[in-house]
Amino acid sequence: MSNLAVLPIVIPLLAGVLAIFFHKKLPVVRIFTQVVIAINLVMTVFILWYVNQNGTVVLEAGDWAAPFGIVLVADMLSVSLVLTTNIVAFACALYAPKSLSEKQEEFYFYTFFLLLITGVSGAFTTGDLFNLFVFFEVLLMASYGLIVLGGERVQLRESIKYVLINLFSSMLFVTTVAFLYSVVGTVNMAQISQRVAESEQTGILTGIGILLFFVFGTKAALFPLYYWLPKPYIVPNPVVSALFGALLTKVGIYSILRVFSLIFFHEQMVFDFFIWIAGFTLIFGAIGALSTNNIKMVIAYNIIPAIGFMLMGIAVFNGNGFSGSIYYLIQDMIIKSALFLLVGAIAYLAGTSDLRKIRGLIHHYPLLGWLFFISAFVLAGIPPFSGFIGKLLLIEGAFEEGEIAIAIIGLGASLLILYSVMRIFIRGFWGEKDESIVPDRKKARAFAVPVIFLLFFNVLLGVGAEWFYPSIESIGNYLLDPEIYIQSVLKE
Amino acid sequence: MEIIMSILAGVLFTTGVYNLLQKQLLRIIIGTALISHGAHLFILTMGELKRGAPPILDYSIDQYTDPLPQALILTSIVISFGVTSLLLVLAYRASKENGTDNMDKLRGNEND
Repeated sequence: MSNLAVLPIVIPLLAGVLAIFFHKKLPVVRIFTQVVIAINLVMTVFILWYVNQNGTVVLEAGDWAAPFGIVLVADMLSVSLVLTTNIVAFACALYAPKSLSEKQEEFYFYTFFLLLITGVSGAFTTGDLFNLFVFFEVLLMASYGLIVLGGERVQLRESIKYVLINLFSSMLFVTTVAFLYSVVGTVNMAQISQRVAESEQTGILTGIGILLFFVFGTKAALFPLYYWLPKPYIVPNPVVSALFGALLTKVGIYSILRVFSLIFFHEQMVFDFFIWIAGFTLIFGAIGALSTNNIKMVIAYNIIPAIGFMLMGIAVFNGNGFSGSIYYLIQDMIIKSALFLLVGAIAYLAGTSDLRKIRGLIHHYPLLGWLFFISAFVLAGIPPFSGFIGKLLLIEGAFEEGEIAIAIIGLGASLLILYSVMRIFIRGFWGEKDESIVPDRKKARAFAVPVIFLLFFNVLLGVGAEWFYPSIESIGNYLLDPEIYIQSVLKE
Repeated sequence: MEIIMSILAGVLFTTGVYNLLQKQLLRIIIGTALISHGAHLFILTMGELKRGAPPILDYSIDQYTDPLPQALILTSIVISFGVTSLLLVLAYRASKENGTDNMDKLRGNEND
């Protein structure tokens, strides 16, 4: 049964390879991708149930014992993130045929898409630092392919910057792994954790920890390393933006969560530093979201304060903070993809993404309008929806540690986030009917289906918080005690 | 020996970063290549440059060099090779489409 841990990686990988062979037969490859993702989704639900019943599943690749071989660790945290990834992927697989042109689909969109899912699932489940780097590269390579798909001028221009910044941070990642290897002599995360604990984290190990934070902070777009994010995220097709916004930065924040809860948690100074970074990320991201009239850009900037919230939960380092971070992480992956899909649909139907030129859309597309309204409320954290519980836990965690300032900044940023998205709703959907638009209701309904699918989970996570909270709380407490992870991997 | 190698890797990083900050696209790509060389050299150095036989099993030898960093480097080399080739093609297409290879002119505004 330990092979369960590798299935969410293997299924999309093989499917991606198969999809190469019939890339021109669009009806086949569309159905094929949707079926594969659906199978993967069901599979992951089963794995989550299994892990919940029987504890962490550890797969030792090739039967090599833990510190020597590569291990894949499917604990509750990683499996629930893989499940969320597959939910997002399923919605995107439904949305893709509607929004991509046939030419883009023919040029191996589905292969890149499935390989992206492979890389993300792999990064979530790996228990080995160098393997994490490899999975990072798998997902980044797929994302390079997706970001230039279509080959428009603006895409080519922005993708160069995207590739460069990621190449640089990857090389830094390799260098940091080399540093760490020279100090502790291993790349297995459980054993690194053990050896770091034995040496009680000397100065050089803290330095390496900060370097890793820099690397993951670049991937996750934290202040002051977020400058590369907004533009490349809005130039590709909306479905690609949705995948990026939902998955890529979240892998970075997951790595920070994993590394700093498992390995480098001995030095309090580091976490004080995180509080500052989280505060600035919240402020600058929210200001960025208010600074633009491009509706896609507003959503792209909204990724940044969400990352700030998650870092804030990691920085306060207690049970509530961690469970808040995880709750927020899961719901934010879903809502960000829903919002990107929605603004993609709005930009397509209105013919422009400039907010000043859009008005009165609610008369033509009431369903999309109310979906956007709900999404805005979920994003800002209005009580019945899922954003609320994550933020509540985060604020509670911050107050427990006496970090009042960051809690207030978080609340203020929520207000600005709500303002930035409601501005799209008020200016774009309200107002006089724009008679020049010929409504395309069929297309609008097709766009709405995946968004409804995603919002269903957001509402479920909010309304059914009582069902989910106990397991998320137990993940939060599990992260506080790295011994459990180490023992399940090294089996001593 | 490690000190010399560290200095060399440092020089590679410095020149790489200097080239990354240039305007010409091709020089930036050369910068990334230099940085990846520096990183690979660095892994080799950090795995300790003990005198020993190449890591091929031979029962008459009892001292080998560390095989793990070499495997890591090999992986990292092919990855950066893939990314560099993609980047070169991308730069070619971008300079063709935009009519310039100057990063200062590859800026965007909201209208396109």
